[in-house]
Amino acid sequence: MQAMNSNPTSSSDPASARDAETFSFPIDATSVMLFARALGDGRAEYTEATNPAGLVPPPTFYQASAHYEPDYPLDATRPGWQPKTTPRYPGPGKTLHGEQRFTYHHPVRSGEELTVTIRTGDQWRKESSRGGALDFVEQITEFRNGRGVLCVTAVNVGVIPENKPGRS
Amino acid sequence: MTASLPGHNAQPPETNLEPGAARELVVIEQITPTDLVKYAGASGDFNPLHHDSEYARDHGYPGVFGHGMFTMGLTARVVTDWFGVDSLRSYGVRFTRQVWPGDRLIARAEVRSIEQGVATLAIETRNQNDEVVISGEAQVAVG
Repeated sequence: MQAMNSNPTSSSDPASARDAETFSFPIDATSVMLFARALGDGRAEYTEATNPAGLVPPPTFYQASAHYEPDYPLDATRPGWQPKTTPRYPGPGKTLHGEQRFTYHHPVRSGEELTVTIRTGDQWRKESSRGGALDFVEQITEFRNGRGVLCVTAVNVGVIPENKPGRS
Repeated sequence: MTASLPGHNAQPPETNLEPGAARELVVIEQITPTDLVKYAGASGDFNPLHHDSEYARDHGYPGVFGHGMFTMGLTARVVTDWFGVDSLRSYGVRFTRQVWPGDRLIARAEVRSIEQGVATLAIETRNQNDEVVISGEAQVAVG
């Protein structure tokens, strides 16, 4: 895959370890089925909850951990939600989703409960070809199973343009 | 290397796979606002730009548009239909263009290389106007 910027002007923020956030993410069979259906994919691996081996989450299912992320920035509808800003989410409408990567290290099945850790990765700035600066922020999310085995790593690259409306 | 879990039949191994082998799949015939609402509910991403037309217009867009992760999720199918879900080792994309209600999306995967039992695929999804909406790469175990 093409790198978004081969010349980052700054690397990992040493504060990233301190901004790590951890929470639990149960891999519920109904959630897996609903996610697969939302993508129009009803294959048995995703939807037949009677399979004793459990359901296989679709490749991008891990994004649904947002439901369990405390004060997830893109769900202001949640009861008791409080605005939360991070380098990746500096505020509503300020960020674009530039790139997303998943690395699959170990299988996951419904019925497991994963521990999710989110931290800020590299940050860099690039001049836009249209003028103005673009700030890039990596958010790295790790999903570990009940034995502490790293199952999935997700890297979300946010792009923060100057004075532009955002999308997720 | 990812281990296999019991209880699921692995996809039959691809025989005679070579660089240049490719598959194309219409991953959605026509995006509707309902699709976007359904994805928002499943994923937890309730950014109103994807389901609230008035909000989207107020923020400079002609209307609601699809989550980038919706397109990425749809696109994965061109790989999982070919190699199976558990074969996937990595999957990454860059979001290059928004998708809109009414769009038809066609995903393509092409084998670029095969090394030590892992095939690297170039991934690209285009809309009905042949515009690239996402591009990226996936790696799958084929050995």
